[in-house]
Amino acid sequence: MSAPATENSRTPAADGARIGVITFPGSLDDVDAQRAVRRVGAEAVALWHGDHDLHGVDAVIVPGGFSYGDYLRCGAIAKFSPVMTELVEAAGKGLPVLGICNGFQVLCEAGLLPGALTRNAGLHFVCRDQWLQVENTTSLWTTRYEPGAELLIPVKHGEGSYMADRATLDELEGEGRVLLRYVDGNPNGSARDIAGITDARGRVAGLMPHPEHAIDPLTGPTDDGLGMFLSALDALVAA
Amino acid sequence: MSNNPEDPQAPVAASGSAVEAATDGPTVETGTELSTVHTDGWGPDGAGVPTDSVGHARNTPEHTQPYRELGLKDDEYARIREILDRRPTEAELAMYSVMWSEHCSYKSSKVHLKYFGETTTPEMRAKMLAGIGENAGVVDIGDGWAVTFKLESHNHPSYVEPHEGAATGVGGIVRDIMAMGARPVAVADPLRFGPADAPDTARVLPGVVGGIGGYGNCLGLPNIGGEVVFDETYASNPLVNAMCVGVLKSDDLHLAHASGTGNKLVLFGARTGLDGIGGVSVLASETFSGDESGAGRTKLPSVQVGDPFTEKVLIECCLELYRSGLVVGIQDLGGAGLSCATSELASAGDGGMRVDLDEVPLRAPGMTPAEILSSESQERMCAVVQPSDVDAFMQVCEKWDITATVIGEVTDGDNLEVYAGGELVVDVPPRTVAHEGPVYERPVARPAEQDLIAEDNPNTLPRPGTPDELRDTVLRMAASPNLASRDWVTGQYDRYVRGNTVLAQPADGGVLRVDEDSGRGIAVATDCNARYTRLDPYRGAQLALAEAYRNVAVTGATPLAVTNCLNFGSPEDPGVMWQFQQAVRGLADGCVELGIPVTGGNVSFYNQTGVKSILPTPVVGMLGTIDDVTRRIPTGIGEEDGETLLLLGDTREEFGGSEWAKVTHDHLGGTPPEVDLAREKLLAEVLRAGSRDGMVSAAHDLSEGGLAQALVETALIGETGARVVLPEGADPFVWLFSESAGRALVAVPRSEELRFTEMCSARELPCTKIGVVDTESRSLEIQDVAAIALTELREAWEGTLPQLFG
Repeated sequence: MSAPATENSRTPAADGARIGVITFPGSLDDVDAQRAVRRVGAEAVALWHGDHDLHGVDAVIVPGGFSYGDYLRCGAIAKFSPVMTELVEAAGKGLPVLGICNGFQVLCEAGLLPGALTRNAGLHFVCRDQWLQVENTTSLWTTRYEPGAELLIPVKHGEGSYMADRATLDELEGEGRVLLRYVDGNPNGSARDIAGITDARGRVAGLMPHPEHAIDPLTGPTDDGLGMFLSALDALVAA
Repeated sequence: MSNNPEDPQAPVAASGSAVEAATDGPTVETGTELSTVHTDGWGPDGAGVPTDSVGHARNTPEHTQPYRELGLKDDEYARIREILDRRPTEAELAMYSVMWSEHCSYKSSKVHLKYFGETTTPEMRAKMLAGIGENAGVVDIGDGWAVTFKLESHNHPSYVEPHEGAATGVGGIVRDIMAMGARPVAVADPLRFGPADAPDTARVLPGVVGGIGGYGNCLGLPNIGGEVVFDETYASNPLVNAMCVGVLKSDDLHLAHASGTGNKLVLFGARTGLDGIGGVSVLASETFSGDESGAGRTKLPSVQVGDPFTEKVLIECCLELYRSGLVVGIQDLGGAGLSCATSELASAGDGGMRVDLDEVPLRAPGMTPAEILSSESQERMCAVVQPSDVDAFMQVCEKWDITATVIGEVTDGDNLEVYAGGELVVDVPPRTVAHEGPVYERPVARPAEQDLIAEDNPNTLPRPGTPDELRDTVLRMAASPNLASRDWVTGQYDRYVRGNTVLAQPADGGVLRVDEDSGRGIAVATDCNARYTRLDPYRGAQLALAEAYRNVAVTGATPLAVTNCLNFGSPEDPGVMWQFQQAVRGLADGCVELGIPVTGGNVSFYNQTGVKSILPTPVVGMLGTIDDVTRRIPTGIGEEDGETLLLLGDTREEFGGSEWAKVTHDHLGGTPPEVDLAREKLLAEVLRAGSRDGMVSAAHDLSEGGLAQALVETALIGETGARVVLPEGADPFVWLFSESAGRALVAVPRSEELRFTEMCSARELPCTKIGVVDTESRSLEIQDVAAIALTELREAWEGTLPQLFG
């Protein structure tokens, strides 16, 4: 997987692609998501939780962190923020959305993705480099990967155990909507080792691992995460 | 907050200080009532409680006050009466008692800490940005970047309530760094606990780790270093030290505490409640008829509760305030709360200050002035703001949903005046509270038992002789609590957030990228082997310094500056004071030899339960700089095909205070390893050259557990096997387990071997080839001793902490 060498360089093909990154009070990995967006040559647009519009971005990343302190329940307060009202509406119309970690929790709370993330099975916060297997390579966020590819990407969360009722899990699997599964050890007790899922159209995706922390072997275990951002860019540029 | 008003360790600012004085621009009174963001708190005058005003105090000189319960000695109380020329009010007594405590006033350590300043040479001082050093030291790292860093203890609260005690320890040190105008970018936590298998350790350790992770992770600060050490002396006195590193542009260093008559004092962040007022509650019950049944008199636990979300928002809010140029001076609130912040701000300025406690947003009803001043509610900051900037200041706070209130202003008087319910309750010269506390020359005496300990030679202990015994010792050591993998702890900390972490645990030092364009970065390490310090505090402190220096150097970085956290027993014990004095001298003299300054520090005394004090534990924090983080040297072998393993430095028969003596004989005696700081410097220079010229593909410092442990770790971290051949005629036991200082294990690509070894001989650094990396083998093979599969080693090394703590 190749990527532009420096994050300020933009590939000609990427010109014009604008990807928004939401910042809630308590968002932490927003700067990292912005860096990843720039790394693949797109423009990173900062979106504030109080914004009532999405500033015309072509896709949105809901980043990791502890939005509103994760009080009450992870992501439960964030879903009421003005920017989320806009996001839910735009996602309904097909805007590509990626929720990472806390962002995944927010998307589940907001009803854009099914299921919920619950306390890790071991009850501890877990930060480690995690092997993942790619299951779906047709969603907007995963086309750059080969089916069955194994990725090494950090996980870091206290509440990342994906839960849903059996019918939902069966449906996700039946429709090929499981994006990634944990391999070589499930870090949090997720149902069926699920690490990430997508909606039925393959445009709204959520995952617990942090692809934005795997864009450069200098600061992450690998650059295996770049593929998600490049996949989205391919779709945006082709559109 | 600064527990260290004048930071006696910080060398005096160079003349021609770069620090801007207060912006004494035209102060415009807006004339309008400043709207506070939130005003629905309770006033301090509720419940019809009589206020002990200054006038009342003057009229009731005979009134007896519970100063002893507040920790003040008879002569200290008399001194307060002398300063004020009357008895203090309750509120004043609360202020003086907390600010004159050992923790805040450094009254026992000041006379010794002066030595740091006295020994700092102009060359050492030149590396520091002038004028700073009150809250945390600031050093120039080049390209217009500056770094500030500090270590602080939160030992006692973390024993009482491990989770919140440790969490608020992180919160406090982070606010210290924020108060320097810097963005906090990383934390690291040196921790010490009782025996790993003691029942109470199972209570304290998981709580402390959970508290640090819970708070730090939520703040979005990568945790990139630290220590976990077990020893029985910490059984009822764990050490929870917290380090924070912050980064700023050197041009932004204008946030000295400043004055300017008419400037407003703004309290912002969390509301003020009854948390952490511990000792001061004595006043409430004495003065107010012991009526604790009334509303709001509910006692809270003495350990404060942290809210990392508020702190995260406070960080972003502060940084926006700095960027917008809206802050003249700033102080964080921690221990001693408003007492400390107001007296320090006023003391550092050139005028007086007037504060109205009725304006302080409270979260409990009926708080007395003494309680409001002493509250240790977390996540609060206090800023001095020009009147014309107040509206803009409030707007930034509103954006971040931060409660902000004007609670006073800078006056042209001399005193700090505090009002409550319209009455003057504090009227004191601020320097007498913040800077001119008592100073003690405590008796110092070398304990006679030191000689007995020194004579208890570890070289007489039975040693493993056969290959089987040596093999068992390698495994037993790797699995011992002090040498086993820390992953159970560090795996609960986020090391990735903000995307600039280049090295973190289990590397010897953490490395962080500061500038994404140039690749400039910093390295940090914290170290102390308190067993060495117990045997010889002077040399032990130098060994701690040497190890921290080496741990930064093995990453390829250049050590630049030192901070410290000096954890000792009771200063009233002459033997403890001797340990303290020796450690300070050892550290200061060592810094002179290395040519790097001590930029600040923290002292924690009274770390003892009953008569048994902790091992003297002067933790050294080292900051280094690296021009290009892509040149950092990793810890694990196997980066390249065909690496040679070289041992740099001299190996001697040194087992005093060693981990081998502890693990196999529970022995602590003899003398600690020799320290040679000139050699440490040379080693660091060679490592730096190796990193710069791409000659070194992995490096690992040798410390506790010696060569054997370094080999185990470098192989397991690199997931690669190695074949080791000790030199002809070497005693395998001594070579594998001695803890001689000034050594590092390096892996050198075969193509660079000759160039590297020639450099070592030219520089006269001993360099011994001890083996090769073997990417095919899945074992660590030590010729004539043992071949141990990596899986078996991993089981030993990684199994211990999870088995103990779940």
